[in-house]
Amino acid sequence: MTAQAIVAEGIQKSFGGIKALRGINFSADAGTIHAIVGENGAGKSTLMKILSGIYIRDAGRITCFGEEVNFTSPQQSMACGIGIVHQELALAPDLSVAENIFLDNLGQGGRLIDWKELNRKAGELLRAFGYDIDPRTRVGDLSVAYQQMVEITKSLAKDVRILILDEPTAVLADPEVDVLFENLLRLKQRGVTILYISHRLQELFRIADRITVVKDGETVGQLDPKTCSEHDIITMMVGREMTSLFPERSTPGDEVHFEIRNLNRPGVLEDINIQVRKGEVVGLAGLVGSGRTEIAECVFGIARHSQGAILKGGRPVHVKHPADAVAQGIGLVPEDRKLQGAVLNLPIEQNITLSKLGGVSRFGILNKKTERGIAQHLRELLRIKLGRLTDPVSSLSGGNQQKVVLGKWINANCDVLIFDEPTRGVDVGAKSEIYSVIHRLAQEGRAILVISSELVELIGLCHRAYVLSEGRITGEVAGETMTEQCIMSHAIPRRVAQAAH
Amino acid sequence: MNSTTLPQQSQQTAARTTASRGPGLAKLLLDQSSLIVFIAMLLVSAFLSDRFLTVDNITNILRQSVPLGVVSLGLLFVILTGGIDLSVGSLMALVSVVVALVVPEQGLFVGIAAGILAGTLCGVFSGTLVAAFRIAPFIATLATMTVARGVALIVSKGQPIFIDDTAFNDFGVANWFGIPTTFYLLIACFLIALFLYRKTVFGRLTLSIGSNEIATRFAGIRVAYYKFGVYALCGLACGISGVIASTRTGVGSPILAIGFELDAIAAVVVGGASLSGGRGTVFNTLIGVMILSIISNIMNLMNIPGYHQQVVKGAIIILAVMLESLKGRIGNKH
Repeated sequence: MTAQAIVAEGIQKSFGGIKALRGINFSADAGTIHAIVGENGAGKSTLMKILSGIYIRDAGRITCFGEEVNFTSPQQSMACGIGIVHQELALAPDLSVAENIFLDNLGQGGRLIDWKELNRKAGELLRAFGYDIDPRTRVGDLSVAYQQMVEITKSLAKDVRILILDEPTAVLADPEVDVLFENLLRLKQRGVTILYISHRLQELFRIADRITVVKDGETVGQLDPKTCSEHDIITMMVGREMTSLFPERSTPGDEVHFEIRNLNRPGVLEDINIQVRKGEVVGLAGLVGSGRTEIAECVFGIARHSQGAILKGGRPVHVKHPADAVAQGIGLVPEDRKLQGAVLNLPIEQNITLSKLGGVSRFGILNKKTERGIAQHLRELLRIKLGRLTDPVSSLSGGNQQKVVLGKWINANCDVLIFDEPTRGVDVGAKSEIYSVIHRLAQEGRAILVISSELVELIGLCHRAYVLSEGRITGEVAGETMTEQCIMSHAIPRRVAQAAH
Repeated sequence: MNSTTLPQQSQQTAARTTASRGPGLAKLLLDQSSLIVFIAMLLVSAFLSDRFLTVDNITNILRQSVPLGVVSLGLLFVILTGGIDLSVGSLMALVSVVVALVVPEQGLFVGIAAGILAGTLCGVFSGTLVAAFRIAPFIATLATMTVARGVALIVSKGQPIFIDDTAFNDFGVANWFGIPTTFYLLIACFLIALFLYRKTVFGRLTLSIGSNEIATRFAGIRVAYYKFGVYALCGLACGISGVIASTRTGVGSPILAIGFELDAIAAVVVGGASLSGGRGTVFNTLIGVMILSIISNIMNLMNIPGYHQQVVKGAIIILAVMLESLKGRIGNKH
C-alpha cells in the first residue's frame, strides 16, 4: 500500500454565518495526481486555502505524511512541503525569472546577491523540470503559460512535496495544456503529490488518478477516472433536491422587450444573441470567466463592444457610459456589491436616490423631504430592515444592502434589469426575499437578466436560460431541459475534446 | 463540541462589549477632534501671550485667516472627491498680478472680475486635465501650479506691481462693526460652501465620488463632469482669495503665496477631511483654517522665527493626520 501524502477529515469552515465547508474528507496517496471538482462555490478554493495556511479551519483534522498538522500561517504550510499555484499568478512582472524564483531568499543566505550563481541555480532548476526558459528574462515578457511554469518552479524550488494547482488550465491554450500535463506527469514520477482543481472535466481523464467531488462544502464521493464517465462526475456534482426558496413563476408576455444582437468583444465575447420578453426572467449560466459578466458590462456601458446592437422595445440604444444605460432604463445590480453596487459610507436614503437625483432636486438644489418620502416608500416596498434612513449602507446586512441597490434602480424607473450574482454573500432568508422581489419586478412588465453561478438559483428563478462557455452561447435551456446536468454539459469547455477529435 | 465552542463565544462577546464601551467616548472625542484642538489652541495661546486676547490681535487673526479660509473651502471640494490641487498658491499670485495690471486700465470692477476669471480659468484647465485627459490630480495641478507661477512672473516682468486705487486698498484694511470687511466675505463663502455641500446635487455627488467612485459611476453618474466642477470651483475660490490678498497688501505680486497650497491642504486635513476622499465637512474646514491662523499668530506674538514656525506647522500636520488614521481605525471596528 502506498503512503498517504495528505488526509483531510471532517474539515469545516464558516465565514460569518455562512458555512463554506460542512465536512470535507479526502485522502491523496503520495506521488499521485488527485483532482478535486465541484461547482462554483462548492468550497474547493476554501479548502485549498486551508491546506495552504491562508485560512484556519474551524474543525476537522489534517494529516500530512502521517503527521497531524495545524497550520496558522502560509509559512507553516510551506515548511511542511505544501506549495500552491493560484489561478491568478503572483509574480513580480518587472523582475527576472531567477529573481522571482528565489524572491524570498535572493542572497541565498548571504547579504549580497551573487547574480551569476542565482541565474545558474535558477537555470538548473528550470532545466530539471524540462522548462526551456532563460532565467534572466523579465517575467512580464513571458506568455501566461511560461509565467505559470515559473510559478510552479518557484514552488518546487522550496522542496515541495505536495503541489496544489488551482484551475491551472483556465489561462492556457491547448498546446500549452499539453506541455503542462507532460510536466505534471514528470513531477508525479519524481514523487510529488499534486492536488488538481479544475472545471474541465475531460482533462481529468488524461491526468488524474483519483477524483474527489465536493458539493455545498461536503465531499460527495471519490471516483476513479478509469472506470467512471464524465456524466457520472456531473451527476455527482449537481445531484441535489430543489428547495422551495423560489416564488411561483408568472407567465411572461409575448413582446420581446430587450435584445442583444450579434454582440462581439474581441477575445472575450463572440456572437452573443439574447432576447428577453416583458415579464421574463432569463438566466445566464456558465462557469466563472465564461463571459457572463462581460455581457453585462457591454450592455451597461462599462466596457465597449466592437460589434453588435442592443435593442430595447425594438429600438436600438447606444450606451457608452452607465449614465446612457440608466437614461435608457437599463439598470445593473453588479457582482461586487461593496465595490460597485453601493456607496457604503453614504446614508441609505442617499443611495436609493443616487441614480435619479433629478427626481429629488430642482435646479440642482436637493429637496430632502421628497428624498425622504421616496426612500421611505422603497424601504416599505422592499422590506429593508434598517435602523434609520440616515444610517450608512455599511450598517446593513448583505441582503438589505442588496435591497438598497435594487431600490435605487426601481426609483430610476429601469425596466431592463441585469442582476450579476444577486445573492452572493446573502443569507438564505434574504435570498428568498430577493427572489420574490425579482419576480415582482418581472410581473410589473420588466425584462430581467440574471447571472448566477448557482445553478439551483437559475433553475428555480428563471423562465429560460442561456448557457455560456468561453465567450460563446453554447446552449439555451427552458422548461424540462433546464436541468443542472444539461446546463453543466453545455457550460464545460469542450476544448480538450475538440483537440482530441 | 458545545463545551469547546462556548467559552470562545463568551470571550468574543465580552471582548465586543468592552470594545464598544471603550472607543465610544474616544470616538466622540475624535469626531469633534478639530473643535477640541481649536479650543485647546485658544486656551494655550491665551496662556502663552497676554496680547493674544486683545481686540487688535483678534481682528488681525480674522483678517489674516480670510485668504486661507476662502482657498481651503474651495480645496475642500477637490479633496472630498479624493483629488488634490497643488496650484492654489500660484493661482493667487497670478490673480493678484492680473488685478494689478487691469485695475489702472479698466477700473476697479473690471479688474476684480478679470482676476476672479483668471483664477477660474486656471481651475478649468486643471479640471480638464483631470476629468477629460484622466491625468492624476497631483500631476495635473503640479503642472498648472508651475505654469501659473511662470505666467505671473512673465506678465509682471518679475516685479511687484503696486495697485494705485484707494478704494481697493482701503477695503483690505477696513473694519465694519469692528470686524474686518474681508472677513464678511469669508463668511459669505462659508455659507455658499455650506449650501453647496448640504443642499445641492453637486455637493452630494462630490461626497459620493470620494466615497466610492466606481459605485457612483455604476449608478449612472457622469463622474468626470463633477470632477471637472470641483477644480473649476477651487479655481474660483483662488480668484476670490487672490483679490482679497492683494487688497490687503496693495500689491500684485508674482511671488505671492509661495507654499500656500501646503497651508490650505493642512487646514483641510486638520479639519478632519480625508485625503482619500469622501470625508470632511465645511464647518470643520473653517475650524482647521482658524487653527492654522492661530498657530501662525501665536508664534509671531512669541517672536518665534519663520524657519522654526515651519517646523511647528509640519509637526501639527503630522499630528492631525495621525488623529485621522486613528479615527479611521476605530471607525472600521464597528
